[in-house]
Amino acid sequence: MAELNINERQAGDVTVLDMSGKITIGEGSVALRTAIRRLLEEGKKRILLNLAGVGYIDSSGIGELVSSYTAIGKDGGQLKLLNLTQKLQDLLTITKLLTVFDVYESEAEALNSFK
Amino acid sequence: MPDVTVETTELSLPSRIDTVAAAAAAVADFVGRSGIGDDAAFGIDMAVREAVTNAVLHGNRQDEDKTVDIILKSLPDAVEISVHDQGPGFNPEEVPDPTAQENILKASGRGIFFMRSFMDEVDWSIRPGGGTTVRMLKRR
Repeated sequence: MAELNINERQAGDVTVLDMSGKITIGEGSVALRTAIRRLLEEGKKRILLNLAGVGYIDSSGIGELVSSYTAIGKDGGQLKLLNLTQKLQDLLTITKLLTVFDVYESEAEALNSFK
Repeated sequence: MPDVTVETTELSLPSRIDTVAAAAAAVADFVGRSGIGDDAAFGIDMAVREAVTNAVLHGNRQDEDKTVDIILKSLPDAVEISVHDQGPGFNPEEVPDPTAQENILKASGRGIFFMRSFMDEVDWSIRPGGGTTVRMLKRR
């Protein structure tokens, strides 16, 4: 089984990536980077990462989230986060990134926020 | 009073990215036997992954002729983990604070911050035979 599984679906003009597994150095971080690059190449710039199934992330994975956020922003798009686990929320809090990312607990609210 | 070591495990692993997961698995096994609680075990896992990542990437620069050597000690009041690489070393005080406003959106530079956040003691030393050792302690 892959370290990180990413399932893509479309909700209006927002692309939702349902992710499960680990975003860690190596395979997991690369999988996230590859998925984001592909979406940007396809012109999909409104992206919601559903992280409910991501039980583990390291500094490399946090770095990849930041890189994704800045790359999408530079391209005129938006990246938002949905369903953080408590551990991921704690990591974003201590790194002061919780104030940078737009974070939601409800998918409907998250999708509405793109409008 | 000298520490009484209950159990010691030593690992020597190649300088590859997949060593990070291998080291984390071995440490999880060791920590499980040491009777450490879940929250502390999570922190140890985070810190070990970051320390081994640094040893592989920055210390040994993924040179597979160089190993990452790990010593795990279960002490009566703590677990001590040492990660040794064969790199030239660095000054941890010169590593920028990743939570400073100008660094928050940087893609890297959070590993040492996580190690310090999750462990009770973290220090670095240059070994006489060469290489850098990071020693991390988590109290029970």
